[in-house]
Amino acid sequence: MSGTSDSSAAAPLRRTPLYHAHLAAHAKMVDFGGWDMPVHYGSQLDEHHLVRNDAGVFDVSHMCNVDAYGADAEDFLRALLANDVRKLAIGQALYSCMLNAEGGVIDDLIVYRLQPSEVPRYRIVVNAGTADGDFAWMQQFAQQRGFGLTLRMRRDLAMVAVQGPQAWAKFAVAQPALAALAQQGEGLKPFHAVEAGDYLVARTGYTGEDGLEWVLPASEVHAAWDGLLAAGVRPAGLGARDTLRLEAGMNLYGQDMDTTVTPLECGLAWTVDRKTDPARQFEGRSVLDAGPAKRSAIGLKLLDRGVLRSHMAVRTVPADGAAPQIGETTSGSYAPTLAASIAMARMPAGSAKAGDTVEVEIRGKWYKALVVKMPFARNGKALV
Amino acid sequence: MSIPQDLKYTASHEWVRVDGDEWVVGITFHAQEELGDLVFVGEVDVGAQLQAGDKAGVVESVKAASDIYAPAAGEITAFNDALEGAPELLNSDPYDNWIFRMRPADGASLAGLMDASGYANAIA
Repeated sequence: MSGTSDSSAAAPLRRTPLYHAHLAAHAKMVDFGGWDMPVHYGSQLDEHHLVRNDAGVFDVSHMCNVDAYGADAEDFLRALLANDVRKLAIGQALYSCMLNAEGGVIDDLIVYRLQPSEVPRYRIVVNAGTADGDFAWMQQFAQQRGFGLTLRMRRDLAMVAVQGPQAWAKFAVAQPALAALAQQGEGLKPFHAVEAGDYLVARTGYTGEDGLEWVLPASEVHAAWDGLLAAGVRPAGLGARDTLRLEAGMNLYGQDMDTTVTPLECGLAWTVDRKTDPARQFEGRSVLDAGPAKRSAIGLKLLDRGVLRSHMAVRTVPADGAAPQIGETTSGSYAPTLAASIAMARMPAGSAKAGDTVEVEIRGKWYKALVVKMPFARNGKALV
Repeated sequence: MSIPQDLKYTASHEWVRVDGDEWVVGITFHAQEELGDLVFVGEVDVGAQLQAGDKAGVVESVKAASDIYAPAAGEITAFNDALEGAPELLNSDPYDNWIFRMRPADGASLAGLMDASGYANAIA
């Protein structure tokens, strides 16, 4: 059987502040983009179902929190990002792509508008593998255009995501004061956050379930993790995180999009805001405005037995015998909540729509798949 | 028991049991543990004539596909199709659930395979 050789790392892997907590929870650790991370703690499938039905906690401290504050912070972000932070209330967040001059995606990220101190303050959360490049890009962008602001990489902060229908209830047992803060007034709405000193609790996530993401000092995260486990939340690894986000129709940077893909080509047109302020100029806008996207993202559900993966060829099956149009899967996996295999694919624009049958090439043979609308699952249930 | 004494083993983590004039083949405890939760077993071509080391089928975990190989030259005679609906049987009982049976070619021998202690050393 192939694929089981042990590999020794060439360079030491980076560790989050929860590294020893993962070992204590019997994690199987893997090299995830240079980080030593838990892929599962016994069963990736069990952890997936746990998040859909109960509550799981993910260590996401490899991701990077960046503070952006100063007089020009809002103008900076409105020039930098495809989504428009002008529409954010204090305590509100949005999901956005950060584009290069060609309209290609440098990273996807979440921006929070925080309580101003003497100046406007924002928090940006970027992906682990792109953090250093993102930060350098942001600094250069600010300098070249003369924006007056400070950018600070907050590697003193850790982050955990508690996700599932029981996430908030169990978080309230572990952290009654923080939960009470979040529940004030009408309670925390999705894509909103509360702040208390260095703590940030946001009703966001990457699973398609309710839950929260909690940013806190790295020095405190191991005790916080233990408290969540004591409250009945169980650890969930990166394997489950990937099947959950795929079922939720959420993109993975580096796989579903990269600098050669515009947001219009990977299902993220809804994150490009040209309505709040039609005159707003942001990096990459001119390419998006130049014409309709030539490629678009679709969802696939495999009809035959097998497993869809990334980089599999996809071909349409035209009813009239015309030449098939060709695309490629970008992400694929077995989907535990559906008990079937699903994928995201990039196809020529307009070549395939929900309800069509297409064919996918798996190891030299063509198998039938159904084009479906995403998300594939939400709130614990399969939708397709 | 993670490495039964009465079986032979390949370097690619298959086990072999002799049953009359056929060999019965599966994957080891170590293999299923490394792979994680299995979600698909297949591509076993009954009737195929294979050389030693040829791909004989595939096992897929959630994360990745992994080929399984013929331990010797011979003809594939059966696929355990109970694994179609329940690939997870290879995780729970890797030695009770065979994947394929084969009739070894003339001259094929167990001599090239490891015994239990040889395999234990190989995966240590």
